[in-house]
Amino acid sequence: MRVLVTGASGMLGRATADQLIARGDDVTVLQRRPAGLPCAEVLGDIADDALVRRAAGGQDAVVHLAAKVDVVGHWAEYARANVDGTRTVVAACRSAGVGRLVHVSSPSVAHAGSALVGVGAGPADPAGARGNYARSKAVAELDALAADAPSLGVLAVRPHLVWGPGDTQLVARIVERARAGRLPLIGSGAALIDTTYVDNAASALVAAVDAAAHGEALVVSNGEPRPVGEVLERLCAAAAVPGPRGAVPFRAAWLAGAAVEAGWALTRRTTTPPLTRFLAEQLATAHWFDQRRTRAALAWRPQVDLAEGFTRLSRWYAVPTPTAA
Amino acid sequence: MTAPDLPPALPGLDPAWSRSVTVADSAGVKHTWHVLDNGVREPVGTLLCIHGNPTWSYLWRRLLAGAPPGWRVVAPDHLGMGWSQRLSEPRSLAQRVTDLGDLTDALGVTGPVVTVGHDWGGVISLGWALDHRAQLRGVVLGNTAVAMPPGDLGPALIRLAHAPGVRAAITVGTPVFVRAATALSWPPLPADVRNAFAAPYRTAARRRSVGNFVADIPFHRGHPSRRVQEAIAEGIRTLDVPALLLWGPRDPVFAERYLADLRKRLPQAQLHRYEGASHLLPEDAPQYAGAVVQWVTDLDTAAPPAAPAAEPTAGRRLWSALTDRADDDSPAVVEVGGSTTSWVQLARRVEDLAAGLAAAGVRPGHRVALLVEPSADLTAAVYAVWRAGGVIVVADKGLGLSGMRRALRSASVDHVIGSRAGLAAARLMLLPGSRIPVGDLPDLAERGHSAPAPAGGAPDDDCAVVFTSGATGPAKGVVYTHRQVLAQLELVRATYRLTPDDRFVAAFAPFALLGPALGIGSAVPDIDVTAPGTLTATALAEAAAAVDATVVFASPAALRRVAETGAGLSARHRAALDRVRLLMSAGAPVPSALLRAVREVLPAASAHTPYGMTEALPVTDVEAGEIEAAGEGEGVCVGRPLPGVQVRLSPLSPAGLADGPLTEEAGRTGEVCVRAAHVKDRYDALWATERASSRNPGWHRTGDVGHLDEAGRLWIEGRLPHVVSTAAGVVTPVGVEQRVEQLDGVRAAAVVGVGPVGAQVVVVVVVTAVPRSRRRGLELADTSLADAVRAAAGTEVAAVLVAARLPVDVRHQSKVDRAEVARRAGRLLAGARP
Repeated sequence: MRVLVTGASGMLGRATADQLIARGDDVTVLQRRPAGLPCAEVLGDIADDALVRRAAGGQDAVVHLAAKVDVVGHWAEYARANVDGTRTVVAACRSAGVGRLVHVSSPSVAHAGSALVGVGAGPADPAGARGNYARSKAVAELDALAADAPSLGVLAVRPHLVWGPGDTQLVARIVERARAGRLPLIGSGAALIDTTYVDNAASALVAAVDAAAHGEALVVSNGEPRPVGEVLERLCAAAAVPGPRGAVPFRAAWLAGAAVEAGWALTRRTTTPPLTRFLAEQLATAHWFDQRRTRAALAWRPQVDLAEGFTRLSRWYAVPTPTAA
Repeated sequence: MTAPDLPPALPGLDPAWSRSVTVADSAGVKHTWHVLDNGVREPVGTLLCIHGNPTWSYLWRRLLAGAPPGWRVVAPDHLGMGWSQRLSEPRSLAQRVTDLGDLTDALGVTGPVVTVGHDWGGVISLGWALDHRAQLRGVVLGNTAVAMPPGDLGPALIRLAHAPGVRAAITVGTPVFVRAATALSWPPLPADVRNAFAAPYRTAARRRSVGNFVADIPFHRGHPSRRVQEAIAEGIRTLDVPALLLWGPRDPVFAERYLADLRKRLPQAQLHRYEGASHLLPEDAPQYAGAVVQWVTDLDTAAPPAAPAAEPTAGRRLWSALTDRADDDSPAVVEVGGSTTSWVQLARRVEDLAAGLAAAGVRPGHRVALLVEPSADLTAAVYAVWRAGGVIVVADKGLGLSGMRRALRSASVDHVIGSRAGLAAARLMLLPGSRIPVGDLPDLAERGHSAPAPAGGAPDDDCAVVFTSGATGPAKGVVYTHRQVLAQLELVRATYRLTPDDRFVAAFAPFALLGPALGIGSAVPDIDVTAPGTLTATALAEAAAAVDATVVFASPAALRRVAETGAGLSARHRAALDRVRLLMSAGAPVPSALLRAVREVLPAASAHTPYGMTEALPVTDVEAGEIEAAGEGEGVCVGRPLPGVQVRLSPLSPAGLADGPLTEEAGRTGEVCVRAAHVKDRYDALWATERASSRNPGWHRTGDVGHLDEAGRLWIEGRLPHVVSTAAGVVTPVGVEQRVEQLDGVRAAAVVGVGPVGAQVVVVVVVTAVPRSRRRGLELADTSLADAVRAAAGTEVAAVLVAARLPVDVRHQSKVDRAEVARRAGRLLAGARP
């Protein structure tokens, strides 16, 4: 099978391309910087129509991960990368006669900030989504699913809080703050959250390439929700740094997040802020999902449970890596 | 055609049901009615639902939404009410009954009809029923009245609204009355529903009929509608169709006496009391709709085969042993620190007292509440009531005053026999019925001495109403017949090989009463048997010595205290306890560590634990050694079903419902179902509960979940509502709890589910031997404890929480209230509210 993977320089994109290659698929990756994977590669911008069209030519399936993921920045940047990028990919799939598009989305497209307790994947809601990232991904998901047709089966897959060895986003930031002694719990630390070990998220995307299901959105997670305090504790333990210290009341954290966001906007800073309202909510309210539909639709189950994931993470931290050295 | 004024989106109302119908009345005047109608063509039957004042057909939206298969549901707004045309003149009851007939003709309502009425709609629906007997299939009534019971002046609140000056002001001039109708609701109604009820009554002009309706209530003899109301009230005595009464006991308008009046007029009626519900029953107890649907569906289903064939009683009665031992002057009932009553005395006393009670008005079938502390007086009163054909009603103090009040009021007692404290409580609880002070019993016996002995009840008459523990929701009344209690006694006698040579100590309330019926002498220890934690080893020994006891009945809570206080026993006490051959511990499973500790105090006793419930006791029995032999398993081993008792399981669905066909296949987990001659006759005044619990004809669904093993032993895994339904399948709590409780440093554990049915996750709440912090609520366990619990649990656990203690039920002080644990855990694990 010939598969194009966009955005393969990130942790999840790389893991997905790896698994496709490992099972013998003919894989091409597309992103701005070289990914260093043993497969064909196209370098460039995801919103470049001609480039994407060329890359999609002759493919059986496209797994579209390329996106701008951040908490700061202007709407125009998100719109270009996430909305225009997705439209370009959809158009390319159509003109190239690609049969399957796996659009990688985010649970935040349907999340307005309230606790999510064992829910399914609600419809993407650009109006209710928090922040430019979630809003742009919500628009993109609606566009992608609108393209679902007998000739092009589209699935939107929303992996929730992906983590694993080599993660420069979630895990690295948590570990860095914990090492500096600046990782408090927000609220009681008891809110149940779902997370997804990277290999599971990747195998879910691979399963989505093959699945018969189409035209719907599916949240993917390990299906092992844990109290957020316990998740942080175990991530820190794996990285051999001290666990969370102290607790900040949710209200205070939320207000602080609002202040930080305002400050960042005012000063037009482009670095990642230490706290946002969205992050405060993510760390203090439950968000875990009913995985029954996902598992049935993808005929997939996570292969790496949390305990094994934490073991692999601690093994990775124990081996000095070139970047850590 | 939808009524033009009907607002577009009212919660729960499908606009497609709404239609307008213009009908000429008997005087030829045309009126436009608003009707909700599900429009079923060629229906099996029609539910004709009539609202009261000041509501409208919106009240019946749940019946329209969940109509019985093939049934048409028609719910009109009275003329001048709801969205029907406003009237220029008041309309009398007689006119309204006629109007309704005209409307059903116009709507083409033919074939069988079940009327459903609430409030003043009850009388009108019954008026229609009497005019249409040929097509009447049944009547359903909720919180209504057809007559003022003798001596009654009518509902006080309505009378107030009836006073002319007041009426105009509160019913028409202001929306007070319209608003008050939904403000009475309990639990409180959502604002959008209250607004929906008020929507048709926005202006004084639109409320005119609300006032006229109140004015049409015939409180005084000369009222123009009085004759018609009385005719309906008398007429329904002649109705021979099935009837269902659904009642909200918190109703401040129609209090208990109106229910009692309806039951007298419709003696065939089934009754379900929705504890906690108030006047607006269809709102306060939304589950009423399911009950109506079930009842209507049952109307055309052949009656199911009854319970097991009646057990022959061989001429035995509950008081037969008294007759047999009427010449025996050995002790029958000993009050430690009080009197001793011999068999001779007891037999004489019961005969005399029964005649005395009959003379005092206790008739066969009358219900007699016994508010008397366990004593020889209580024992004599119980047997005398039975002998007089009465039905004893016994609620224990463990329910608390409000629980007892709800329970005893639901039983509609005719008499109360009480100690001074008991009668004071009866007054506080506003119990109906005559009062018989315990102090008057000697006089009654004196009076009865020269009177003829009553005939006593027949074997299939009711003999007792007892109550469940109320650990999950309000206590339920459970009715037994003489035959069923006799069967229970026979089973107890056979199981424990009791002979007239045995004597027992009963430190467990219900058994304190059964000695005379078993023909066995008994002693009640000098403690409050409803507070089992007060029984010391010395008190137990004193009681054992008093009757030379061979058998002890006690609860686990009592045994715990006995074991703790065993060191203080004297040689005489030890000698008395050494003679006890059998210990029966009921109420909750007894941990084996406790059994070992009790063996120090009762060295010769073989320790038995029966399994059963208020509705069927015993179901199984197990001896301590057998429990140990069974080893560890999923749940608590309660032994094999007793002879004559059948146990089956109704397997669980992935959603945790026990809807599988009954099976005795080993290893299948399901709801425990029991069939035996001593199973309860029915729940009292709880038609829907009874219907659900006996939906497999002849079987009682216990609400417990468990399985049978290869050796035929029953294992209990928890309560049905506590089953956790995860995406990977159902998880029952007890087995997991037992494994976690074996961890060092864990004193107790509760396993609960959090999240939506079918996708729940398992949460384990533990009480640690050493408190982790001073926090009173739940908190997160540290990772080492969480690891240990996960390793022991044997199932995927999402969160491990620590509590200082677990909430338990009031009565046994030993059943963990997992529903409450689940609520607390769910709140914590949902995190902050943004």
